Amino acid sequence: MVTYIIRRLIWGVFMLAIVSMITFMIFFLVPRLAGATSESLATRYVGRTATAEQVKIAAEKLGFNDPLVVQYGRFAKGIVAGADYDYGPGVERCPAPCFGYSFLTRLPVWPDLLDRLPVTISLALGAAVIWLIAGVATGVVSALRRGSFFDRAAMSIALAGVSLPIFFTGIVSLVVFSYGRPLAFAAPGGSFTPFFDNPAQWAYSLILPWITLAFLYAAGYARLTRSGMLETMNEDYIRTARAKGLTERVVVFKHGLRGALTPILTIFGLDLGLLMGGAVLTESTFSLPGIGKYAIDAITNQDLPKVMGVTLVAAFFVVVANLVVDLLYAVVDPRVRLT
Amino acid sequence: MTAPLDVSGTELEAAPEAVLDGSQAKAIQGRSLGQIAWMRLKRDKVALTGAGVVAFLVLVAIFAPLIVGWFGHPPTDFNQDLISSETMAPKDGTGISVDHLFGVEPVNGRDIFSRIVYGARISLLIAFLATLLSVVIGTMLGVMAGYFGGWVDSVISKTMDVFLAFPLLVFAIALAGIVPDSAFGLSGDALRVSLLVFIIGFFNWPYIGRIMRGQTLSLREREFVDAARSLGARGPYIIFREMLPNLVAPILVYSTLLIPSNILFEAALSFLGVGVRPPTPTWGGMLSDAVRFYTIPHFMFFPGMAIFITVLAFNLFGDGLRDALDPRAR
Repeated sequence: MVTYIIRRLIWGVFMLAIVSMITFMIFFLVPRLAGATSESLATRYVGRTATAEQVKIAAEKLGFNDPLVVQYGRFAKGIVAGADYDYGPGVERCPAPCFGYSFLTRLPVWPDLLDRLPVTISLALGAAVIWLIAGVATGVVSALRRGSFFDRAAMSIALAGVSLPIFFTGIVSLVVFSYGRPLAFAAPGGSFTPFFDNPAQWAYSLILPWITLAFLYAAGYARLTRSGMLETMNEDYIRTARAKGLTERVVVFKHGLRGALTPILTIFGLDLGLLMGGAVLTESTFSLPGIGKYAIDAITNQDLPKVMGVTLVAAFFVVVANLVVDLLYAVVDPRVRLT
Repeated sequence: MTAPLDVSGTELEAAPEAVLDGSQAKAIQGRSLGQIAWMRLKRDKVALTGAGVVAFLVLVAIFAPLIVGWFGHPPTDFNQDLISSETMAPKDGTGISVDHLFGVEPVNGRDIFSRIVYGARISLLIAFLATLLSVVIGTMLGVMAGYFGGWVDSVISKTMDVFLAFPLLVFAIALAGIVPDSAFGLSGDALRVSLLVFIIGFFNWPYIGRIMRGQTLSLREREFVDAARSLGARGPYIIFREMLPNLVAPILVYSTLLIPSNILFEAALSFLGVGVRPPTPTWGGMLSDAVRFYTIPHFMFFPGMAIFITVLAFNLFGDGLRDALDPRAR
């Protein structure tokens, strides 16, 4: 077990290194392939008003003329140990984890991200609770009453649910349930109150994004749970459980659901990790000031350090989620540890 | 030389079909897997409806210039005369008429019907090409991983793990946002379309790759592959002539199911403003315009429904195809 954990941890660190490399390539290699020069990259740091001479000096100081490997080394060191930025007038210390400075505001990216993370985490966790309960419950009932009216209705809605883009359901729900219409019961988006300030207000401002996001995922989870349940309920051990006289409830919940739930929990962990890294679409539809919205606002302004920061944070959450799922799996399913 | 077998003893000949003589004399008829699947699919009315809608949408996309030309409202033409100058909304609320089937947009009065029709082109083109790219890469690497095993398998499998663990949307936004308006010798719509095809296709191949690897692993152990190998067939021959024909069914099913998710992906990128640039009409782009005009619901209704119907049709067809080709998947 211990060697398994250590192996997974090493793999996680390795993944982070790969992800940081790819992020670096997206932001520094791709622009060059697309025709950018050291000078045009440096212009973003010193502003368009700078003279050609100033830009040249900045490009040299920022190290854009170094080989890419050296640049990546500096980039990785900044994240792990912090970096010193030399803009010309003076040297600025950027503490670890250093994701650089915004082109627009000249403020470091990391504190900004920390500010916005609670919004994204609130959104992801709240929605996750709703979709897990709703999706799994619907899937189980559908599987147990296969072919019934409930099953057909639920599966039709679920199929519609996975076919609807979230930015469409989001806008429709805003129009119907907010914006001062008769049915309005939720905040019109754009507002967020931290949980510790006022829990009721926190839930009120997030209820519509939660439901919209949860609907999309619940639809997928209902379909998965249903097919998983149908498969498990046909297993021999279920027949054995019935044959030895267990009540149907024990058979369904203790034997059936447990078998069907393991793969779902895996997917749940990964989905949650992905969402923590920025529920970009939900946040931009509801104008929630989370890190996804932060990235989108930044990309329209070509404020690349911000986007890079979000990309790295998002990847971090995904890698951690992978790791947690793997470790939990080893606890739940002893066979995993042997491989 | 061995003596030829004596086959003259007719009374000894085995005749398993003899029991069926009489009422069912012509009943036995060989059916290929494709024929069986087709028979099942024909009975699945829902899947056929999906297929019909898909075919219709593809025709609409191909003949978009003809359709729009017939109505006479190019998708980027302004119809300011239909817009009230005070509210910026269409004068009669929607602008829906025989002339403008789906009404006109607020502010500049562009014809929504034409924009939906042209949006189908972008949406389907990108989704199809991206799926094709994913399928080519995924099948190639998946089959290689499954067939060769060993270190080839571990390298490819680990690569797939890394890809599947990526926050796709964030990466795609970063990539689509960072490429300037003209690069790689392309510019305008051609650049954006190829860029989106590349991003969507390149990040999705592991889904196909995993399935292909699993299928190849189980095919590799089958008798007909052993037979081919014992007759002296080599790797490439076995992969292309023995395995690929057996992989056509899963490839077909999972490409059909990948297309709708790629349509949603493209719509999401356009909605976020990193897709094909305006004024070229895209469904996602129209929806993101419509957000600001939520008091004019028909503006968001048509692009939203266009995405929904297209994705649903592909999903229904794909589900039906899977059930028809692989009954165990039920």
